[in-house]
Amino acid sequence: MLAVLIPIGFLSIFFAWPVAGLVGRGFVVDGAFSLDGVRDVLSASRTWRIIGQTLGQAVVGTAVAVLLGIPGAYLLYRCRFPGRGLLRAIVSVPFVLPTVVVGVAFRSLFTAQGPLGWLGLDESFAAIVVALVFFNYSVIVRTVGALWSRLDPRAAEAATSLGASPLRVFLTVTLPAIAPAVLSGASLVFLFCASAFGIVMVMGGVRFGTIETEIWYQTTQLLDLPAAAALSIVQLVVVVTALLIAGRARARAEHALRLRGDDTAERPWQARRDWAPTAITAALIVLLLGVPMVNLVLRSFATADGWGWRNYELLSTDGAGSLAVPVWTAAVNSLVIASQASLIAVLLGVLVSLVASRRPRRPSLAAGVRLLDGVFMLPLGVSAVTVGFGFLITLNRPPFDLRTSPILIPIAQAIVALPLVVRTLLPVLRAIDPRQREAAAMLGSGPGRVLATIDAALALRGLGLAVGFAFATSLGEFGATSFLSRPDHPTLPVVIFRLIGRPGTDNFGMALAASVILAVLTAAVMAAAELVRPKEAEL
Amino acid sequence: MSGLTVTGAVVRYGELVAVDEVDLAVAPGEIVALLGASGSGKSSLLRGIAGLEPLVAGEIRWNDENLANTAVHKRGFGMMFQDGQLFNHLTVEGNVAYGLYREPKSVRRVRVAELLEVVGLAGYGKRRVTELSGGQGQRVALARSLAPRPRLLLLDEPLSALDRNLREHLVGVLGDALRATGTTAIYVTHDQDEAFALADRVGVMAAGRMLQLDPPDVLWRHPRTQEVAAFLGYAPFIAGGLSQRLGGPAVEAGELVGIGPAGLLPDPAGSMLAIIEQRYLRGEVLVDLRLPDGQLATARMPEKVSHHDLAVTLDPAGCVRVPVA
Repeated sequence: MLAVLIPIGFLSIFFAWPVAGLVGRGFVVDGAFSLDGVRDVLSASRTWRIIGQTLGQAVVGTAVAVLLGIPGAYLLYRCRFPGRGLLRAIVSVPFVLPTVVVGVAFRSLFTAQGPLGWLGLDESFAAIVVALVFFNYSVIVRTVGALWSRLDPRAAEAATSLGASPLRVFLTVTLPAIAPAVLSGASLVFLFCASAFGIVMVMGGVRFGTIETEIWYQTTQLLDLPAAAALSIVQLVVVVTALLIAGRARARAEHALRLRGDDTAERPWQARRDWAPTAITAALIVLLLGVPMVNLVLRSFATADGWGWRNYELLSTDGAGSLAVPVWTAAVNSLVIASQASLIAVLLGVLVSLVASRRPRRPSLAAGVRLLDGVFMLPLGVSAVTVGFGFLITLNRPPFDLRTSPILIPIAQAIVALPLVVRTLLPVLRAIDPRQREAAAMLGSGPGRVLATIDAALALRGLGLAVGFAFATSLGEFGATSFLSRPDHPTLPVVIFRLIGRPGTDNFGMALAASVILAVLTAAVMAAAELVRPKEAEL
Repeated sequence: MSGLTVTGAVVRYGELVAVDEVDLAVAPGEIVALLGASGSGKSSLLRGIAGLEPLVAGEIRWNDENLANTAVHKRGFGMMFQDGQLFNHLTVEGNVAYGLYREPKSVRRVRVAELLEVVGLAGYGKRRVTELSGGQGQRVALARSLAPRPRLLLLDEPLSALDRNLREHLVGVLGDALRATGTTAIYVTHDQDEAFALADRVGVMAAGRMLQLDPPDVLWRHPRTQEVAAFLGYAPFIAGGLSQRLGGPAVEAGELVGIGPAGLLPDPAGSMLAIIEQRYLRGEVLVDLRLPDGQLATARMPEKVSHHDLAVTLDPAGCVRVPVA
C-alpha cells in the first residue's frame, strides 16, 4: 500500500501540481479565467513558425533514423559475427551522451572553423537533424533489433519457398512482423526529437527555435510567463497527440507474433547476402557516430599554439569572468546532484515497478495497475523544460517553498529519469512467471519472503542498469536544470551551454574540454552499470 | 475425519465454472490420482486445495481444521508444478533448501543431501539448475517439494512435459520417493498409465465434476458410467443382443456393453467380421473390424492378417456393462 502512496504523493507534488500550475497560468490573466493569453500566443505568426519548425524537425529526424536504423537492427541483432558485442556497445553510446555534448560535438564539426565548415551548415536545419539522428539512431536499432532477433525465421523461409525474392520477403513478411517495434521505436524517437532542447539550444542559435527553446526564451529572456505557459500547453497537446496516434497505430500492427524465446533466429553473417545493410551501417558508424566524437576529442586539444592541455587547464579558472565558478566545481556539483537524483529515481522506480508488475485478479485493481503504469510514463512525454518551468512557478511559495532549496534540481532530474528507471526494471519483474511466486508460497514463504527471495533477487539484475540510466540521465539533464540552477551553483551541462554562448576561442575550447569530461563521466557510469549487469542470456 | 476433506468445492474463473461441487477425501499416507482431459477441472481443484485459487463455495479441511482462512504458505501443503518452476537464480542445493529456511544450517545440509539421494541426483547440489535436463529438473523439483515434509503434496502434471521413455522411468522414481517418505499426495495427470501405476485410488473428472473415485482395479472393472468407461478406453458400446451373438455378456434393460482393448479375441469358431484397416502399435497389430451394427471395434493380433475378414469372439472378461448414457 505504501509502495503505491509514496510514488503517487511524490509525483502529485513534484509533477502534477507544477504542470497543472503551468497550465493554469496559461489560462488565467489578472486573476480571471481567460483564453486571451493562449489566443495571443496562437495568433502570433512566430508561434506557428516555431510549431512548424518543431514538427518538421521531428518528422524528418524520425524518418531518417528509422530508414537508417532498420539495416542497423538487421546487422547487429539478426546476424552473428565476431565483434558484434563491441559494435552494439559503440552504437548505444550516443543515446546516453548528454544532449549538450551532442550539440557541442556537432557544432564544432559544422562551425566555420570546423572540418565541415565548408558545407555552410552551421546553425542550420540540416545540422540539427543530423545531430538528432546521431542521438536517436540506437533507439531504433535497439527496439527493432530486440524483436527481430527473436522473430521466428520460418515465416520468411516459407515465403522464400513460395518463390518470393529477398526484397519481396522483406516487404511482405518481415516488415509487417517487425512493424510494432518500428512504430514504437519511431514514436519514441519522434517524442525525443519534438522535445529536443539541449541540442537545439546549442546548435540552432536564434534562427532555429522549437517550442521547447521558445519556452525557455520567453521565460528567462523576455520574462513573459503567460506566453511560456501557453506554449507549454501547445507542447503538451503535440506530445499527447503523437503518443495517441502511435498507440493506435501500434495496436493495429500488433498481431500474434511468433517469437523464439532464445536467439536461434540469428544466423551467421554472409557477405553475399548481407552486403547492403553492412555497407550502410558501417558508413553510418564511421561517418555519423565516429567523426563527431573523434573530432570533439581532437578539437578539445587544439589551442592557438598547436596541440596541448590548455583547454583542460582553463577548466580550473572562471573563464576570464565568463563563469561564476570554475568548471571543475560545476563537475563536482553535477556528480553530487546526480547521486541524489539517482537515489530518488531508483527508490521511486523500484516501488512503482513492484506495484505495476502485479497482475491482480480483481478487474478494478488491474485497471488501477495499468493506470499507475501509464501515469509514471507521463514525464517521458511531458518535456523536461515543462517540468523545470513548472517547478519555477509553483514551488516558489508555501506550502512548498523550495525555490532556494538545493534539493529542487535533484527532484526535477529524478522526475525526468523515473520513466527510464521504470522501463528498465518493469520488464525484468514482468518476466517473472507468477507461478514462481506460487512455488515459493507452496514452500512455506509468506509474502515478505517471496518479495525478498523471488522479486528482489531477480530485480537486482536490472537494478545496475537502472541506476546507470538514472545517473547518466541526471548527469546530462539540461532542460529542467537550466531553469532551476543558480549561477553560483551550476551543473556541468549548464556551464557548457554558458561557455558555448560566449565569444572567444578560449571559451569555445573550454566548452569542448568540458564536454569531453562530461562524456567520459557518462560513459564511465554506463560502463560500470553494464559490468554489474549479468549477461542477457541469463535473464 | 483425518487427512484432507474437500466438500462441495467450487472454483470459478469469471463465468466459467472450472470445479463444480467436488467432494474428495484423502487419508494420511494415501496417493490419489485425478485423471481427466485438459479443461476437466482437475488442475483447478488442485490449485483450490493449495489455496492458489479462491473457493467460491465449499470447504477444505485438514483433520478438523478448516483451511478457509489459512494463507497458502501456512497450509503446510507442497506443490510440484508441470514445468518445475525451479528458481533459476539459485543452485540445485539452493532450490531444495528453499523451503527449509526455518531449520538450522546443519539440518538443512543433511536433508538436502538425503533428498537428492532419494531422487537419484546425489552430488548435483552445486550445479546451476539451468544446466539440468528436463528430467533432472523435475527430479530437483520433486526433491524441493518433499524437503519441508509437506503434510500433503500436490503434483500438477509433473511429468507431462517430458518424453514418453523418461516419463515411464520417472513414474517409478516418483512412486518410490512418495512411498519411501510416506507422503500423502494428490497427483493430477491426463495419462491413465501414470495414474494407475502410482495411485491407491483414481478419480476421473470431466467438466468440473468428479465422475468416479475408486481403486484402480475397481475403476477398470466397474466404470460407473459410459463416459468414464469411454475415457478409460472402452469402445465401442454395443447393445446386449449383439454382445450375446458375438459371445459376450448379457445385459439388463438400459445397459450397454463396452468392449475393452483386449475384449475381441480371434476365434475360428466366432463371427466373421470385415477388416477395415490394420496398423502397428508398439509391436502389436491393431485390426479395425466392422461390427454388424456398423460401429468399428479393434482386435489385437500378433501380426498382420492376410485376409479381408477375421473370425472373432467377445471375451466377457474384457468387456464391461454400463448404463446407457
